[in-house]
Amino acid sequence: MLTTRMTAMTETSPAAPPPAKPRGFFAALEIDTRLIGMIGAFVVICLIFNFLTDGRFMTPRNIFNLTIQTASVAIMATGMVFVIVTRHIDLSVGSLLATCSAMMAMTQTLVTPEWLGLGLNHPATMPIAILVGVLTGLVIGAFHGWLIGYLAIPAFIVTLGGFLVWRNVAWHLTDGQTIGPLDENFQLFGGINGTLGETWSWVVAALAVLGAFYAIFQSRRNRVLHEFPVKPLWAEFVLGGVATAAIVGLVAVLNAYEIPTARLERLFEARGETMPEGLVQGYGLPISVLLLLLIAFIMTLIARRTRLGRYIFATGGNPEAAELAGINTRLLTVKIFAIMGVLCAISAVVASSRQTFHSNDIGTLDELRVIAAAVIGGTALSGGMGTIYGAILGALIMQSLQSGMAMVGVDAPYQNIVVGIVLVFAVFVDILYRRRTGDKT
Amino acid sequence: MTTPLVEMRDMQKSFGGIKAVDHVTIDLYPGEVVGVLGHNGAGKSVLTKMLSGALPRDGGEIFINGKKASINNPRDARSYKIETIYQYLALADNLDAASNLFLGRELTTPLGFVDDALMEAETRKIMKRLNPNFRRFHTPVSGLSGGQRQSVAIARAVYFNAKILIMDEPTAALGVQETRMVAELIEQLKSEGIGILLIDHDIHQVKMLCDRANVMKNGQLVGTVKVAEASEDDLLGMIIAGKCPPSAIPGPGAIQTA
Repeated sequence: MLTTRMTAMTETSPAAPPPAKPRGFFAALEIDTRLIGMIGAFVVICLIFNFLTDGRFMTPRNIFNLTIQTASVAIMATGMVFVIVTRHIDLSVGSLLATCSAMMAMTQTLVTPEWLGLGLNHPATMPIAILVGVLTGLVIGAFHGWLIGYLAIPAFIVTLGGFLVWRNVAWHLTDGQTIGPLDENFQLFGGINGTLGETWSWVVAALAVLGAFYAIFQSRRNRVLHEFPVKPLWAEFVLGGVATAAIVGLVAVLNAYEIPTARLERLFEARGETMPEGLVQGYGLPISVLLLLLIAFIMTLIARRTRLGRYIFATGGNPEAAELAGINTRLLTVKIFAIMGVLCAISAVVASSRQTFHSNDIGTLDELRVIAAAVIGGTALSGGMGTIYGAILGALIMQSLQSGMAMVGVDAPYQNIVVGIVLVFAVFVDILYRRRTGDKT
Repeated sequence: MTTPLVEMRDMQKSFGGIKAVDHVTIDLYPGEVVGVLGHNGAGKSVLTKMLSGALPRDGGEIFINGKKASINNPRDARSYKIETIYQYLALADNLDAASNLFLGRELTTPLGFVDDALMEAETRKIMKRLNPNFRRFHTPVSGLSGGQRQSVAIARAVYFNAKILIMDEPTAALGVQETRMVAELIEQLKSEGIGILLIDHDIHQVKMLCDRANVMKNGQLVGTVKVAEASEDDLLGMIIAGKCPPSAIPGPGAIQTA
């Protein structure tokens, strides 16, 4: 298989345009340099905190915690990319999260056990609750989109209103009470209470590695078929290698975080077995993180490989041109905010199950964290520019700063001061970068 | 006489109390370049935007090949093979040439995903014909020169086999060399039987490229004239004073001299 591919390549090379001038290492890889910059910043932050905490920052335990703390904001940030790319904003995501969370909490503590008579912890409870939450998010998000797209009310105003409305609709739904504990199966999405374990984590890692190589070869084959210039073969392998290292590294670290022996014993007891002496088990990939990775994949696919994504970016770049090209930009706005709503609901699953109950203040200030994550991740408020992976990295950077400072012992008010400064500084650096590369600011 | 490719009858459009297009009737035959001239604000862009579906009309009828057409949005116009090249180059600056060329009409794989490789291949093919020097297929069009951007816009019209082409000041943003390129292209498209409506206020250019010219003033049609039978001064007189030379067919906007 590989040999046929090789011959195909050598055959087409004479027809291909003259080879490009010798390029630098990164140029040959054709990686977004901004991505490298962000990863670099993230690594520096990790190293600094690791030094300040005498190595406690980069332990499997803390990295595990970082991933589950990031998941909720990162999930919403992927949707915020679409919103901001089309020159809108959504200030209501934290409140919408609260309403979705309240709906799901009431569903699983009142509707299914009492009204439907299923009792507590029934296997159907979790899917029903999630369905209710996702529908809530979808409808509210689409409604926001309709107000913005069809009635032409600015997104800032609609979602500022939504910010006040949905926070307090959540309060109304629960009479202001904390609702919990949530359904046991539902709690699997919370992080520490739901992980894949070592074996399944490796299975996921293997699938991800295979997927990455498949994607790389598929795109190369496509370019060869059309006789386009391709990257040098070594560059493809370096990319594949980096992806593999990242995937395997992450799973190895998460697997290295061991379940405390007492907890493991209880788990075995619950299943009516006795734990073998001296057994050591790692947590592995949390389901919430798997969910985030899955959403990142789907959202990237939408952004890059679907008409919807193409129209989102075209509308962000030049709304008038998009309209003249026959794109229904109003309906597009509805779709974008509906996606945002669904993602808020999924975040609500992760956030409420992580704390094992629904509380009134769930998701407070999340709108600002989500916007900041997207913006730190390179999404331009002027529209047309942004990446899904950037937003997730942005969320991770913010969360690292926050937890790192907490571990060092910085008081909460000072933490916020630093995060605020970093946000402004990050955007400034991005503007400088774009000016230098000649991109639109 | 053959049926006109396009006939716009009694077109009307008002913004507030201002009549931007006031009972204008013009036509266009296959293989013909017809100019629409006038000062800024004379209503020429508004008139053509009603044909391209970008603006809804208040009144009037459009006939394509003698049949009444219903054009209410850009998609409708495209279904009649009407393509428009706008004055301000309606391109999404952040996307590359292929994405712009196929915007709204993406080629997809059997699974429904956009087929970027295929679109790039098609773009390379058509660019080889229109502008062989075009090489920057992977940069956002914001990084291209005016001429390169214009060739993307033109490629869009040509690729989808336009029968009717509306060009709104196609050379306004271009240099001498690039303007010549557009002029040659107009000749070529004309010989293929495409009807072109050319909106311009450069009289010299109109004299060079057009067969007939419609002159508009204050939303009204001053008159229609065969370009070969009118001097540049005649055209200027029509644009500035609304005065029709003897060779012109006067419209409602012409000054009554006799």
